[in-house]
Amino acid sequence: MRERYKEIKNYTMNFGPQHPAAHGVLRLVLELNGEIIIKADPHIGLLHRGTEKLIEYKNYVQALPYFDRLDYVSMMAQEHAYCLCVEKLLNCVIPLRAKYIRVVFAEITRLLNHLLAITTHALDVGATTPFLWGFEEREKLMEFYERVSGARMHAAYFRPGGVTQDLPIGIVDDIHKFIKQFSYRLIEMEELLTNNRIWKQRLVDIGIVSMSNALNYGFSGVMLRSAGIIWDIRKTLPYEIYDEIRFSIPIGKNGDCYDRYLIRMEEMRQSLLIIEQCLQKLPEGPIKVNDFKIMPPARSLMKYSMEALIHHFKLYTEGYYIPIGEGYAVVEAPKGEFGVYLKSNNSNKPQRCRIKAPGFLHLQGLDFMSKGHMLADVVTIIGTQDIVFGEVDR
Amino acid sequence: MDVIIKWSFYLYKILPGVSKITILNDKYVILVLEKDWVKVVIKILKNKFILNSVLDIWCVDYPEKKERFEINYLLVSYKNNLRLILRIYVKDNVGIETISDVFASAGWLEREIWDMYGIFFYNNVDLRRILTDYGFEGFPLRKDFPMSGFVEIRYDDTEKRIVQEVLEVAQDYRNFNFKSPWEKL
Repeated sequence: MRERYKEIKNYTMNFGPQHPAAHGVLRLVLELNGEIIIKADPHIGLLHRGTEKLIEYKNYVQALPYFDRLDYVSMMAQEHAYCLCVEKLLNCVIPLRAKYIRVVFAEITRLLNHLLAITTHALDVGATTPFLWGFEEREKLMEFYERVSGARMHAAYFRPGGVTQDLPIGIVDDIHKFIKQFSYRLIEMEELLTNNRIWKQRLVDIGIVSMSNALNYGFSGVMLRSAGIIWDIRKTLPYEIYDEIRFSIPIGKNGDCYDRYLIRMEEMRQSLLIIEQCLQKLPEGPIKVNDFKIMPPARSLMKYSMEALIHHFKLYTEGYYIPIGEGYAVVEAPKGEFGVYLKSNNSNKPQRCRIKAPGFLHLQGLDFMSKGHMLADVVTIIGTQDIVFGEVDR
Repeated sequence: MDVIIKWSFYLYKILPGVSKITILNDKYVILVLEKDWVKVVIKILKNKFILNSVLDIWCVDYPEKKERFEINYLLVSYKNNLRLILRIYVKDNVGIETISDVFASAGWLEREIWDMYGIFFYNNVDLRRILTDYGFEGFPLRKDFPMSGFVEIRYDDTEKRIVQEVLEVAQDYRNFNFKSPWEKL
């Protein structure tokens, strides 16, 4: 019998950029063999706004709001990295109360981010209810944002040298009340998902990241911890007051999507613990440095002090000058290690601002994570990586 | 802190091509290297010192210098909790060797530098542009590239497609001179 050969070509498919499961504007060019992924080639940059270039043309105070707009679901975590970096350049130490307030809001931000990450992940996989429940809680958290800064999302609350304003009256009690009820909401959400048959079928053993791959691809945050590496910037390079606070880091065993879901749930519980401890320890005192060249004087002072008025004017028009130097600050943002490198050049604008976004490197790993999986699993993997295009594209 | 100082002295002694060593923010050891030694040094660091991840590669442009681009590699050791920045200086129109075969994370980071600064990486298998638009020209993060760019795009309703046009702004970017007699920090 004559053997017959037939060439089979892989099927190339375009996914996105306008696709609800792409978490923004991700264009994926997928090479498929039947329904099996052979290669995934993410095309990014559709949300590229040139943040790094823009910051080179803005003074240090004006550059801050750009950080809210990078990863637009974990706003304050990124402001935090920038503030830490500028404070290193200025050699300024912020008051203790400001540190506590920052930690409280950094952890609230973590809750905000993980709520979105888990619930939209569930939505992509097919569960609608956690999304509706999660967003109700997010709304409450954004209300805290609004009460301290006036803005629900792009807060610009942390500033180099402290925070803009003190906590309003009653917010500490309200955050406390929120924590009390939120742990029940977490239990409810876990009841829906953790032992859910469909959820487990879609997540267990999907997108496995081994330890060596996680290191090789430069993963950080939940992606790294799911591979079994005990690593959290809050513990290893503690900033602010994290070294005085007791909390634990959950790590994964298998490195699959289900592990990462469990880690995110546990991290939310740990965040609640951190907020609780901070609120109990919250000291009295100033919330910003008492240097009018870095932080503006109080409104009331400006009403009668000419000097204060001049300081305010000069700070918001000219800004401050930073002598030649460089600084690098990292924080444990909800998505992973978020770093800011600043190079100052003796003027009021940075020479260079480099933003190290965790999502950029995670998305690079999409190719190896999705190889050999089905088409529908790509959606699961994008969801578990917690991609937000604001920070990937910068 | 002492560990870092000891460690950096040791690195200075044994690594080839190191010309300068500094410590940044008490946590980061900066090694200034000659550019041809990068790959060798990174291999040594990976295999002998368990620096197991390249978390970032970034570039700084100094148009006034002869070797105008400064490229930094951030390496992290998860075992020893140490952070190292390798720094090299590169002239315009000179390529450097890729490290994406040593660390997979460098692939996209090098693509980004190629896209933003036009520094070529030899042997990087996938050196396409990454963040800018399809068909973009120029290297936007260079200091001589204007902030507003050269072209703008809009949707043309008659042609039913996106068209590119030469940028027209009603007012130039106002770059104020901030030099003032006001007291400096």
